Amino acid sequence: MARRRKPKLAVWKFASCDGCQLTLLDCEEELLTLAGEVEIAYFLEASRAVVRGPYDLSLVEGSISTPEQVDQIREIRRQSRFLVAIGACATAGGIQALRNFADVRGFLELVYARPEYIKTLEKSLPASAYVPVDFELRGCPIGKGPLLELISAFLNGRRPNIPNHSVCIECKRRGTVCVMVAQGIPCLGPVTQAGCGALCPAYRRGCYGCFGPMETPNPASLGDWLLARGMSSPDLVRLFRTFNAYAPAFREAGERYAEAANPDRSS
Amino acid sequence: MADPEVRTPTGSLWRMEKAQLQTLMEKLTQQGYTIIGPRIQEGAIVYDEVHRISDLPIGWTDEQDGGSYRLKRRGDEAFFGYAVGPHSWKRFLHPPVFSLGRTRRNGQGFEWTPPADPPPRYAFLGVRACELHAIAILDRVFMGGPYVDPVYRARREALFLIAVQCTTAGGTCFCASMGTGPKAPPGADLILTELPDAFVVEIGTERGAALMAEIPCTPATEADRAAVEAHLEETARSMGRQLDTADLPALLYRNLEHPRWEEVAQRCLTCGNCTMVCPTCFCFTVEDLSDLAGTQAERVRRWDSCFTTAFTYTAGRPIRQSAKARYRQWLTHKLASWWDQFGTSGCVGCGRCITWCPVGIDLTEEVRAIRETDGALAGERR
Ligand code: SF4
Ligand code: SF4
Ligand code: SF4
Ligand code: SF4
Repeated sequence: MARRRKPKLAVWKFASCDGCQLTLLDCEEELLTLAGEVEIAYFLEASRAVVRGPYDLSLVEGSISTPEQVDQIREIRRQSRFLVAIGACATAGGIQALRNFADVRGFLELVYARPEYIKTLEKSLPASAYVPVDFELRGCPIGKGPLLELISAFLNGRRPNIPNHSVCIECKRRGTVCVMVAQGIPCLGPVTQAGCGALCPAYRRGCYGCFGPMETPNPASLGDWLLARGMSSPDLVRLFRTFNAYAPAFREAGERYAEAANPDRSS
Repeated sequence: MADPEVRTPTGSLWRMEKAQLQTLMEKLTQQGYTIIGPRIQEGAIVYDEVHRISDLPIGWTDEQDGGSYRLKRRGDEAFFGYAVGPHSWKRFLHPPVFSLGRTRRNGQGFEWTPPADPPPRYAFLGVRACELHAIAILDRVFMGGPYVDPVYRARREALFLIAVQCTTAGGTCFCASMGTGPKAPPGADLILTELPDAFVVEIGTERGAALMAEIPCTPATEADRAAVEAHLEETARSMGRQLDTADLPALLYRNLEHPRWEEVAQRCLTCGNCTMVCPTCFCFTVEDLSDLAGTQAERVRRWDSCFTTAFTYTAGRPIRQSAKARYRQWLTHKLASWWDQFGTSGCVGCGRCITWCPVGIDLTEEVRAIRETDGALAGERR
C-alpha cells in the first residue's frame, strides 16, 4: 500500500518512573514493524537521535509537577498533531499526587537542607490540567496490548477499541470467580476502568485501581458496602489513594472516608 | 417407543448406583464428548472440564446471599448437593470472546479466513431445571427466527444434556416463583435426581436411552418415584427468594418513573456483573482490530452489557447515560420486554445476579419495593 510520508512519533517524559515508556520498548516483536511504519523522532529512552518537530503523534508520560514542565507541555502541545497522555501520572497525577492532599512546603523543609533551591508546584497534575489532550491511555503502567491498539488505530485512521467500562466485565469474560463475593476480598474492579484483563482477581487479589475510575464510577456505594462489612475508614482511604488518588472519582471517595475517619480535620 | 430393542425407553425411570456415573462419563468420553460439569475452583463450584466422578464437588455445598457466596462442607457425600455457581452454560454455547475471522490484504483485494472452529462436542453434566429453561431461551435468541447464529448452533446441535434436579435450593434461588424449577422441563437427554444411595435416572430422549442401555441399572421402584417427588417438593418449599410475578410486565411498564429506580441507582455500580452471570443475557459487541502495518485485520466478538455506556452509543453520545436508565433497562428487559420480544420471561430465577452483584442488589427486592408503592412518581415525597 502506498502510504504518505511516515508519521513522526515522539515520546515525552515528565514526573514519572519510565514504566509506561518501557512498555513501548517491551513490544519487542512489534517494535520493528512499528519502526517501519513511523519515524521515531523523539524517544530518549530508546535513542539519543532527535528529530525536530512538529510531530504527528506525541505520547506523554508523567505528571506536571514543576513550573518548567508547564512550559514544556505547552510547547509539546504546540508541536503535536495528536497528543496522547499515557499512564496514571499523565492522566491523573500519579502516585506523586498524594502530595496534593498535604502541604508540599512541609515536605520540602523536611527533606531538603536548602528548600529554597527547589521549584515545585503545589500539586502534581495530569497533562489535561494544562493543555487539551486528544486521548488518555490509562494504567499504571499502561498495557502493551492497549498501546499497540492505540498506535494501530492512529495509523489506520480509526477509533481505538479501548473500553471505559468496569474491570468486572473483563473479569467475568475471563471466567474468574469474583474475589469480593466468594472470598470477601475488597476489590476496586467495579469502579475501575478495564484494560489489564482483570489480572489481580485472577491471582486472588482485589483490583488496586491501576486504570483509574471507570466511565460512570460509584465508589461511594462500593466504599459504604465495604465499610458496613468491617473495613475501617482509614483502610478505605488507603484503598482509594494509590496510583490514581487524584482522579476526581477516587479523590472524592478518599475525601469521603478521610472525613469519616477524622471528622474535624477534613482530608 | 421408536426402538423396541432399547430396554430403557424415553420417559422410563431407572435406579443407578452412584459409582455408575463414572461408567456413564467414560462412555460419553469414548463417544467423543468433552464433558463439562461442576468442580471446585477459586473457592466456588464452577463449570469446567470433568473427567471422572472424583472431579465433582462431592460433599460440598454453597451458602449464598446478596453479594456473598461461600463453599461449605455438607454432612453427607452428595455429588450434586449445591445450587448454581458463578458460571453458566452460556459461556460454552456463546463464548465470551470469539474471533469471527481474519482478513489480509492481497494485491488490490482482501483474503478472508473464517475461524478455524471445529465446534467442540460438549456433554453438560449437572444442568439444573432453571438452566434448561435458560438454554431454551438462548435457543430462541440465537436460533429462532430467520437469522441463526452459526457459532451457537454448532455447539448447541452437538450438545448432550444431563440434567440434575435440585435437592438443595440456594439462598438466592426463586425458580419456584418463575415456574422454571426445581422439576426439569423436557429437553435433556437424561434427567437425574440424587437420592442418598443412588440416582434415579429418567430417560429424556432416544440418545439418552441409547446411552443408558449400556449402563448397569434397575427399574426404579415406587419408593424411588415417591422419594423424587418428595425431594422436589421440599426444594420448592425452601427457595431462598420469592418473586410475585402477577401482572409483572404491566406493573413495571406503568412504573417507569417510580422513585425506586433512582434509589437503586444510588447503590448500583453499573459494573455489569449481573448481566455477565445471567444465563440468558446474550448481548455482545463486535470489534474490528487492525495491525500496525495495516495489512491484516481481525473481527472479534465479546460479551457486552447494557450497563456499559458504549452499549447505546448513537449519533455521538450514549442514550442511557444515567445509572437509573441502565438499571431500569436491565430489570425491565429481564422481566417485561423479554415477553414482547421472545414470548417468555428473560429471568429463570437462578439467583446469580443477586449473589454475584458486588453490592448485593436483589431484583426480587426491587420488584417488591415497586409493587408495594405501585404508582408512586419520581419527585413525590414518600
Ligand atoms: S473480582 Fe473484582 S473485578 Fe472481578 S468481578 Fe469481582 S469485583 Fe469485579
Ligand atoms: S435475571 Fe438474575 S435470577 Fe433471573 S435468570 Fe438472570 S441471573 Fe438468574
Ligand atoms: S438485560 Fe441487558 S445485557 Fe441482558 S439481554 Fe437485556 S439488554 Fe442484553
Ligand atoms: S445491579 Fe449489581 S451487578 Fe448489576 S450493574 Fe448494578 S452493581 Fe453491578
